[in-house]
Amino acid sequence: MSEQEIDLKKRRFLTSATSVVGAVGVGFVLVPFLSSWMPSARAKAAGAPVDVDISKLDNGQLVRVLWRKKPVWIFKRDKTTIENLSTLDGILIDPNSNELSQQPEYAKNLYRSINPDIAVIIGVCTHLGCSPTYRPELGATDLGGDSWKGGFYCPCHGSKFDLAGRVYAGTPAPTNLVIPPYYFVADSLIRIGIDPKA
Amino acid sequence: MDNNKNWINQRFPLTKVWNEHLAEYYTPRNFNFWYFFGSLAMLVLVMQIVTGIFLTMHFKPDAAHAFASVEYIMRDVDWGWLIRYLHSTGASAFFIVIYLHMYRALLYGSYKAPRELIWILGMVLYIALMAEAFMGYVLPWGQMSYWGAQVIISLFGSVPVFGPDILTFILGDYAVGDPALNRFFSLHVVALPLILVILVFLHIVALHTVGSGSPDGIEIKKNKNKNGIPKDGIPFHPYYSVKDIVGVVVFLMIFSAVVFFAPAMNGYFLEGTNFVEANPLQTPVHIAPLWYLTPFYSVLRAIPPMFGSQFPGVIGMFAALLILIALPWLDRSKVKSIRYRSWPYKVALGVFVVSFVVLGYLGMQPVTPINALLARVFTITYFGFFILMPWFTSIGKTKPVPTRLTE
Repeated sequence: MSEQEIDLKKRRFLTSATSVVGAVGVGFVLVPFLSSWMPSARAKAAGAPVDVDISKLDNGQLVRVLWRKKPVWIFKRDKTTIENLSTLDGILIDPNSNELSQQPEYAKNLYRSINPDIAVIIGVCTHLGCSPTYRPELGATDLGGDSWKGGFYCPCHGSKFDLAGRVYAGTPAPTNLVIPPYYFVADSLIRIGIDPKA
Repeated sequence: MDNNKNWINQRFPLTKVWNEHLAEYYTPRNFNFWYFFGSLAMLVLVMQIVTGIFLTMHFKPDAAHAFASVEYIMRDVDWGWLIRYLHSTGASAFFIVIYLHMYRALLYGSYKAPRELIWILGMVLYIALMAEAFMGYVLPWGQMSYWGAQVIISLFGSVPVFGPDILTFILGDYAVGDPALNRFFSLHVVALPLILVILVFLHIVALHTVGSGSPDGIEIKKNKNKNGIPKDGIPFHPYYSVKDIVGVVVFLMIFSAVVFFAPAMNGYFLEGTNFVEANPLQTPVHIAPLWYLTPFYSVLRAIPPMFGSQFPGVIGMFAALLILIALPWLDRSKVKSIRYRSWPYKVALGVFVVSFVVLGYLGMQPVTPINALLARVFTITYFGFFILMPWFTSIGKTKPVPTRLTE
């Protein structure tokens, strides 16, 4: 057998052919293993839309619900608050909600909501993920005195947001708070996690 | 490229290891079918470790959640069913491969001098693998997991005097329960895999020290050319690395067919009863260990209680396993390979294989008077193979062993 001529060309072809087919095989095998890290059916089910009854919500009152393990704030804004929203343009980064990824199309307005008086906002700071505190009182001295028209203050790094979730310029957070998809199932029932039916 | 290689070689014996164990590791040129199973066993080990790592990400080692978490893997985790079936089929495949690997040793005298240590390390590997498989089977916390654990652990309870204390120590409780499940989980995913990997490493180091045997039972190192290379040897890489890939492909085809079309293998790889959650109040009607443990389970059942104790049966079962370690010293024959052995060895090996298979079959069947009798007969022939081995390997006429490989 040692007398036989070794056909190196054929050997090289077979080696590369085997390697290519093997690599494709490994690629296919990787799919199920990597997919198993994605949210499971249970995790997806737990991420289903949640319904919130707001019939008992008072002006200025805020309720927190969990949607996909994240806090979602629902609060009612009174007339003064709604009027104040238009006075803050100069000190906000993105007063007109031009950053499209931060809210659905139907919440791209002055109030960042479907109904001006009901706000629905994901309570996760866009800086590093802490949940800001609700500070609705006007003129809070620790938050800038008279210029403070109520809003949210993040205890982690000091980001400030107004009562539409818009970020104050000069604080660490880069963008407005996120508005989740939601719609009104009835006058006082909100479904969070799903867009209004077209 | 060469610069990089030198940089590494000055700091780590990369080329040296590559040559010693692959490119210049000379192996007999006539390896046949039976020599596929060593590399296949390594493949299955790697497969079990990888699938095991991914199962551990979703499994919960808690008696209250274990069963549900396995069902969660099967139904809710993307591709979880595939990963689990790869792992459960892999367990049985591991034993099929290992049994064929061991049978190769019996055929060609692979355990004989100078390879006794390879055989002993292999036997320790085999025992560690049985422990690994047993503990793995407990984790899904089905009825078979629970009652299988109950039966196997009760064996230790039959030890005279200390039995009950040993039992409590192993269980960490007064019955099989959460502490046992939790510690079996730890042993199954950390301790035993580490031991297996270390033993495989030692097994291969020992093999590469003496060199591979051959189907002719000839030492190729005895016939070297002027460059010191065995005349009948070919380097492991590329010759056997490439040949083994063919074995791998065929193995994976069969393996995948089982995983996709018969993962439970009609109750042989996954028992139906284990799809019911563990219930300490009710033993399943028929209870048997998985197929790879049944030959020894049969021996256990075949030996009747003596002096009011089940202990002799337990001794018998462990003896049936441990006596294999003595094989290199029980075999008195001057030739290694079945090709040149005398006829008494061939007959005895046949009887041994039949005994092992029949005991395995009986271990899965319910005990009936006829089954019990058969189990006793084959337990005797099983042990007879070892006890009579010094005698039947030294009688009969062996064929002359050639000095060079025959094909």
